[in-house]
Formats: sequence, C-alpha cells, structure tokens
Amino acid sequence: MAKKNEKAPAESPQSSKGPSGAAGRVKERDAKTQKKIEALAQNLVKRTLSGREPIVEIPLRTKSNTNWNKKSGILEMGGAIAERPLFDLKSAKQFMQTTLHASTIRDLIDAQKTSSLRGVYYKAKHTVAGTKENTFDNQEESDPILEDLEVTLGSTREELHVFAENRGAMVGNITIIDRGDEINCRRMGSGGYSMPSIVEPDIIEFRKCEAKFVLHVEKGTVWARFNEDRFWEKHNCILTHGGGQAARGCRRLLQRLNQELGLPVICLLDNDPYGHYIYSVIKHGSISLAFESSRLAIPQAKYLGIRAKDFRQCGLDDAVKIDLTDNDIKRAGEIAAYPWFESHKGWQKEIGALLTNGFKMEVESLITKDISYVTEVYVPERLKAKDWLE
Amino acid sequence: MESAVKERNPRSEKRRGATAEEMAARQKDVSVSEFFVKNRHLLGFDNARKALLTTVKEAVDNALDACEEAGILPDLAVVIEDLDPRRPATAKSSRYRVTVIDNGPGIVRKQVENIFGRLLYGSKFHRLKMSRGQQGIGISAAGMNGLITTGKPMVIHTKPNAKERAHHIELAMNTKSNRAEVTLDKETKDFPPERFRALSAGTRQLAQEGVFLSAESFATGTSVSIELEGKYQRGRGSVDEFLELTAIANPHARIVFVPPSRVAQDDADDLLPGTSAAVAQDVRSDAPAQTSETGGVVVFPRGVNELPPETKEIQPHPKGIELGILLQMLKDYQAKNKSGTLYDFLQEDFCRVSATTAAKFCKTIGVTSRTKVSDIEPPQAELLFKAFGEEKLAPPPTDCLAPIGVRQMLAGMLKGVKAEFYAASTREAEVYRGRPFQIEAAIAFGGDLPGDQASRVIRFANRVPLLFQQSACSSFKAVTETPWKNYAMQQPRASLPVGPLVVMIHMASVWVPFTSESKEAIADYDEIRKEMRLALMECGRKLGVYLRKRQKMRREGERRDVFERYIGEIAKALHAITGTEAKALYDALLEQARAKTAVADQELDEDGRVKRQQEADSDDEGVIIIDSAIAPVEVAAPIEAPQFETHKSAAPSRTRATPPAIKTRKDLDARATTKSASPASPPPKPRSKPLDRDDPRLF
Repeated sequence: MAKKNEKAPAESPQSSKGPSGAAGRVKERDAKTQKKIEALAQNLVKRTLSGREPIVEIPLRTKSNTNWNKKSGILEMGGAIAERPLFDLKSAKQFMQTTLHASTIRDLIDAQKTSSLRGVYYKAKHTVAGTKENTFDNQEESDPILEDLEVTLGSTREELHVFAENRGAMVGNITIIDRGDEINCRRMGSGGYSMPSIVEPDIIEFRKCEAKFVLHVEKGTVWARFNEDRFWEKHNCILTHGGGQAARGCRRLLQRLNQELGLPVICLLDNDPYGHYIYSVIKHGSISLAFESSRLAIPQAKYLGIRAKDFRQCGLDDAVKIDLTDNDIKRAGEIAAYPWFESHKGWQKEIGALLTNGFKMEVESLITKDISYVTEVYVPERLKAKDWLE
Repeated sequence: MESAVKERNPRSEKRRGATAEEMAARQKDVSVSEFFVKNRHLLGFDNARKALLTTVKEAVDNALDACEEAGILPDLAVVIEDLDPRRPATAKSSRYRVTVIDNGPGIVRKQVENIFGRLLYGSKFHRLKMSRGQQGIGISAAGMNGLITTGKPMVIHTKPNAKERAHHIELAMNTKSNRAEVTLDKETKDFPPERFRALSAGTRQLAQEGVFLSAESFATGTSVSIELEGKYQRGRGSVDEFLELTAIANPHARIVFVPPSRVAQDDADDLLPGTSAAVAQDVRSDAPAQTSETGGVVVFPRGVNELPPETKEIQPHPKGIELGILLQMLKDYQAKNKSGTLYDFLQEDFCRVSATTAAKFCKTIGVTSRTKVSDIEPPQAELLFKAFGEEKLAPPPTDCLAPIGVRQMLAGMLKGVKAEFYAASTREAEVYRGRPFQIEAAIAFGGDLPGDQASRVIRFANRVPLLFQQSACSSFKAVTETPWKNYAMQQPRASLPVGPLVVMIHMASVWVPFTSESKEAIADYDEIRKEMRLALMECGRKLGVYLRKRQKMRREGERRDVFERYIGEIAKALHAITGTEAKALYDALLEQARAKTAVADQELDEDGRVKRQQEADSDDEGVIIIDSAIAPVEVAAPIEAPQFETHKSAAPSRTRATPPAIKTRKDLDARATTKSASPASPPPKPRSKPLDRDDPRLF
C-alpha cells in the first residue's frame, strides 16, 4: 500500500483538505480509482483545450446492450457505448453533473470517507453560478449519474466510497467480522444483522460458519416467522431476507456465502411474477447492473417456492387466492421469454401453471394451514425432497 | 330633404277631428335646422365630444380631398381653441373654436355659400369617384351644428389665387331656406390667418422655424373656423386618435395639431396604447414643442412625398344600380338628349356596356337599337333591369381606385405605431354590387404595444379613419375570422387576437357601403369581408414567419444560454480533479459553445433542416423589421463567468462573459431591414436599448 498523501497536494489543492496521519492512508484500491477519475477528467481537459468537443463515454446500460452468457449463467453488459456530449441540449446538464460527481467522489476518496447516495447528492448540489438553477434538482437525478460513473470508470460503488441504505437482515450459524467488530449471527435477537450496502471482504470477513445452506426469503415478515421458530438452528443454515427486491449489498453477501463458503442459496419467494423476477435477478443479474453481474449473480440459486402447484398440493383455502392483474399477466409473459427461462422446461411449466391458476399466492398464505406450517412442514419437506426449481 | 307639403283633396268630408283644411294648415316645410336637431345622431353630432370630433373630421376630410384633387401635397393645421378656459372642472362641455387650415386650391368666391352653407350640396354625391366625402353633408352640417349650439357663424378664409387677396367670409345658414346668408364678406391679406401663429408657445416656436402656417406653404388654401359646444378629451374616439389615424392612412399629408389648452378632467389619461408615445416621439424629433399635457403642438410629419394617384370617375356598372336609379337615369338622359336612343344611353351612361352588349339588351327587352329613351315604358325598364342582372358583364374598371399602397401604409404605420414588425399588403381590386373596391391591410407587432390585451383594429374607408361602431364593421368581423393562431398569435374563439398587435384595414371604393350616414362602419358584404380576410391572412403569414423565426432565435438563445450556464461548473470540477487552470478551460469551452450555436443558427431552420439563404428573403416584400427585441436576445443576460478562486489575479471584468460577437445571417437580418419597402422618411429609429432578461415582452 503506497502512501499517497504526500504526493496528493501536487496533483490537486483539494487533497490538502484531507486528513493526515493514519486515517489519511490511501489504499491501493483508492489510488487506482483516483487514477481512473483523473484519466477521465484529463481526457475531457485535453479535448477541451485542443478545441474538440468534450464527450463522456458511458457504457450503455440498456436491454439492447445486455447479453445473456449461457455458459456462466449470468447477464453481462455488452460493449456499446453512449456518448454524452456537452454541447447537446439533452445531455449538457448531465455532462455537467457527471463532472461534478467525479470531483465529489475524488474528494470523498481523498478524505477517506464514505458517503450515502443522498450525501453525495447533497455534496454536489448547489446553485449554478449566475443562475437560479440547481446542479441537481433531486436525488433521482443524482443516483443514475453515480451509476454512470461506476460503469464509466469500471469501479464498484464501494470503490467510489458511496454506499446505500442498509437493506435486508441475516441470522444463522455464522460469525463475521464487520469493520473489525466480531458479529455472532446466532445471537441477533429478533432483528437480525442488518446487511450493509458494502460487504466487500475488506469490510466483512467470514469467520466460523457451521451452516450448510442459505435460506433467502422475500420479506422481513416471513423472515421473522423463520427466526422466531429458530429455523436456522434446527436446520443449520443462514436465514436472510432482502426486503423485497434484494439490494446490491444483500446480493453480494449471498454471492460471497455461495462462492467463498460453498453454501447453496435457496429462495422462498411469493408465487407471482414479482417473486419470479426477484429470483431471476438473484440468480442471473439485472439489466441496469449487468456490469456488476459477476459480483452479484448466483447462477446456482434455487427456487423453493411458493409454487403454483402448492394451492392444491398443500390444500390451501380459496381465501389465499389473489387474482392476477393484467399487468401481472403481461409481466409473466415477459419473464417467461427471458432467454434463461425460455429454454427451461421447469420454468415454462411453472409460469404456465401460474397463468392457468389465474391467481397468485404469497408465502404468508401458508399460515392458513398453521402459523408455523411454513417452517415446520412446508420448507423441511421440500428441502428433503429437493423439490425446487433451478 | 324635400319639403313634405302635400295637397290634400279639399272635398274630403268632415269627419271626427281635424278637417283637411285644418290639417293642411299644420302641414308646412320642415325646417332644415329642425331636421338637423332631430337627426343629428345620424350625422355624428350625438354628444359634445363626438360633435367636436365630427367637426374636425369633416373639415379635415374636405381639406385633404381638395388638396389631392388639385395635386397639392396636403399641409394641414388643425387648431382647437378653448373659448371658455375658466369654466369649472365639473362642466360637461365647453365652447371651442375648431379651425382647419389647408394649403389646397382655395374656393372661388361664388361657390363659398354653396359649399359651406347648404346641406346636401357637393361635387361628390353624383359621381362614382373615390373620395373621402360622399354626400356633401359634412362640413355644412358641422357649420349648422355650430350655429345651433353657439349662434356663431362659420368663418371662412379662402385664397384661390396666390397673387390675389384672400376672401374673408362669415356665413350663417338660413335654416328655413337651406341657404347660407353672408354676414361678412371682405377681402383680406391675412392668409393664412396670422393670429394662429401666436396662439401658444409651441405655435410661436414652430412659426419661427417656418414650419407652421408659413406663407410659402400656404400660397393658396382655405381656412374654416367653426365655433361649437363640445368636449375635448383624449383616448378612444378622440380628435387625437382621429388625427393620428389620418396621418397613418395619409402619409403624404403633413398635419400640425394645436390642441386646446385644457383637457377635460376625466379620463384625460386614457391614452391610446402604443401610440401616444409615438406622438411624443414625433414631436420631439420634428419640432421642439412642449409636451402635449401643457398644450404642446403635435406634428404629424409627412411620410412620403408623393400624392396618391389621381382617381378617375367611372360610370355606374349595370349590376351596381337599383331599378329606381335606372328609371331616374333614363329620365335624366331624356332631359339631356331628347331624341337619344336606348342603344346610346346604355353605352354612354354605363361602364362595361359595349355596342354589342347594348344591342343585346335592346333585343332582350324587345326594342330596336333605334328606339328612343323617351319611348321606353316602365315595364320595359324593369325588363332591362332584369336583363342587367342576368347578363354576363366584365367587372367595372378599377383604375378609379387609389389604394394607399404597401410602401405608404408601412410608412404611415412606422410613423404612428411604435412596434418592431410591420407588414402590409394590398389586394387586387374586386367588385361588390357592381362597384369596384380594393382592400388593404397592414399590421404592426411588438415593440411598445401592450401584449396582454386584445389587438387594436384601426379601420379606414377611403383613407378616412372609422372610429366608432367597431363591432358592427365588416373589417372587425374579418379580423376575428382570420386564423391568427396559425400565425403564432393567441386568439380566443371568434374574437380579436390577443397580443401586441395593431391591425389596419383600408377599404378604397367609389362607394363605400356604410351602415349609417355618420360613416362609422362598413356594411358587411361577403365580397368585402372575404377580401379583408385574405389581405389580413397575407399580413398574418408574414407575421407568422417572423414570429417563428423569432421563436427559433429565442430557442437558439436558450441553447447558448444552457451551454454557457454549465461550463463554469464544468471548468471548476475539471480543475478540481486535474489542476488545469479553470479560466483556460472556461474560455476554451465558451469558445466552443459559441461556435456550436453559431453553426446551429446558420444551418438549421425550425425543423432542423438546413435552410437556404434565399428563403427568408423571398417573403420579405412589404415587411419592415425594426432592430429591437431580436438583437438583444443575442446578448441577453450573458452568464457571469464564475470567479475562479485560484486565479485571483485575474481582474473581475476580464472573467465576465463578453456578449457574443457572432454575426449570423439572422443577426444581420434583424437589423432594421427595410428591404424593398423602405419608406422615404422618417427612417426607422433603431432602438438600441437591450431588453431586460425578465422583460415580459421578450416572448
């Protein structure tokens, strides 16, 4: 690890504001990120001073630029690049915002601080000199610019010292180190360990792990049922939830558990297109974060339920049925057409069954059988029978 | 007004009530003054304010007609003297003396009584010729009104011969005999009357400069003074508006107006939008006079130095007459020419009737070409009238019309309305009811005109402003029917367009169909309204082109604005990352921004297509654009360059963005381009005042 602090003032007067001493140690990774930011800015400066139009080139994050890698089982970003020229009415402001954020990130790294997405938004937000216009009007304008920078620089969000809100929780037979603090996930009470957005090895290390698999459920309410019933203790596993669509931190942690500890990831999600989509994202990645798929996707993830057949198989009451909306039907069709599902007989059958049923079911619907039916009967039986979709 | 004495049969039996004899005793001549008093509203003397206006109007119309007929460039002085300046502020009216002095040919002595002293006496009623007055009611009615309200005779100075003395005549109308009685008749050297020059500080100053009633300009001429009970007030329907509009429609005339020293208290501030300023401007530029509030003299300068072409008198067109008129014409012809044939009558007394057509008409009604007019029976005349309607005839000749002309209208508008864009168009002559007419329209847009009100419509018939009954006028309807929305204007449903717009409509005709004798509104003939609409649409299209161009320039301005707004931030951010001097970055980016927008200015029209140079020019005939709102957009609100902290040495003034120095084709276009339609004088005054960024008038 090189000490960059002495060198920094020569590059930029801003770095002098950064703290000195032990806290000011710039890691090698940060130095790399700084170099990338500088290269981006230098390119713009060069173009500007030589009379060429400054353009930021940003890898496209669209469906058309997302490829399905069948071999590795993940979504990957293609090579298409979007140009963001300054002198275009549509992109002038975004161009300005991109340079502002680049500068903001640089300051963050220099200061050896991390900031939330909202914090970055506020740091870069000010009134444009000589006008009444703000550089950013709201956070919705700021967040995509940060994602642009991620792909443009090829740096992860954590490398940019930006984090998102914690989302999702974890309990189970594992001990981890989080920023030096040992956390025993067996003793997390009813709340569980809150999953941070940055879970890279330099932040979170795995220690003692007896768990044999990970059970990921969709929502906190279901997760609480499993936790209260000490499911993870009885079945020696790790129990997680993502609060709906799993955030990056959650997905990354699941992936690390899967890859580093070899734990199978088994998902218990609602029987509806949204549940299917959550599974699809966990397993293969998403379009907007295709550039991160290799760090997020878990191609071996399994879909345990709820299954369309469960209504009859478990003998559920009519009351649990929720009619499919038009949008659900449309969405189901789209999901069925995903290349990784399209060629998958099991999934075609599953989605077909959902549409034939004409209704969807939440995990909680199993409560109509018994409060702990899901933890005591449903999941154990399915696990035992290895009755899941892959 | 023929006397209504009727003999009643004395044999009539005695019935209840009056006997025929008793009734006969009550039947007598209607006195002209009685008729007048009862019908003054028909002639435009309904109230004190309007009476003053009508008096001025009739005198001015007569003066202009006389000058033009004699081929003299009109130079008019209109003087209104307040004869009771010490009246209480609450007085509803006051006594005024209206004097109109022209430099026309003068009037020969023996005609004076006839012209000024008789109602319905004139040269204009009996012929089809384009002129301001028509019936010959005007000036004598004004004199009558004066006589009735004040008892004072009309005072006339007229000098028909430059080498001889002028006549000074005072006329009082004998209301019984419909004849004028001369109360004073002498010769005088005093023409133009000396005393007017010393009327006020303004007139003294103008006279000293030789631009007010100079003896050289008024070698011949006439001065008419009428005393009357009236009310002088500015605003709509005022003498001021009338003269201002007259000046617009008669750019060849020079008019000096000396208003009374005192303006009626109420709504004295009801000035006309966008025009009072123009008047003040004229005063300042042409004659150093006091402001109009203190009785300053207003000078409407001459805009063009040529008279309108002389108009020819035409014979009536067969399709333009009524049966009664035909019968009268037959009678008149018979009286003139005892043995005249119908065949000759048709050819001589009508236009567009050739020998062949005349023979055809004769055959149609079953007479020969030798049949005398005296042998034509009423049924045959009726047949002839029917044949007129059925026969296909060439429309009447149109050389009897003298439109104002595009160039002159633009000159007039430029003089009277302070705007930024002017367009005018003259239609080809058309015919209604066998009478030729021609429609012209002009519009003025933007500038100092108020932007949030309904547009102002100024209407003219044979160069005479029409001030009242706007909504009854065909021209008003034509304006509301014109699709102004197509020309980038706002227009509420079936009403006037809203915006900084003045619409001028002129109808020239040998016989303007007024809705009433006070000549305030043009009757709504389909043919006329259609022509008006077409003329307005021509102007509107030009306005649309201009407005869209302006809109586009605004977009370009915004575009430049957007770029320039952000480059300061970008320079700062890049400086923070790379350490490159922010000022250098800013300057380089600014240069690029300007080059970019300049390219866009040149290459693209509003659809983003490359525009050819010629296109813009092709439609510019009849258009004047004043360098005003457009140009400042180029420099409007230059974004202040950020003060870069790291370069404190740079002087603040140097880091300010200088206004772009780009000269695009459109930039040049926007300079007071007067193209083919540049008026002789006065030249458009370019306004260099850059408009505020927040100025609401800026689009």
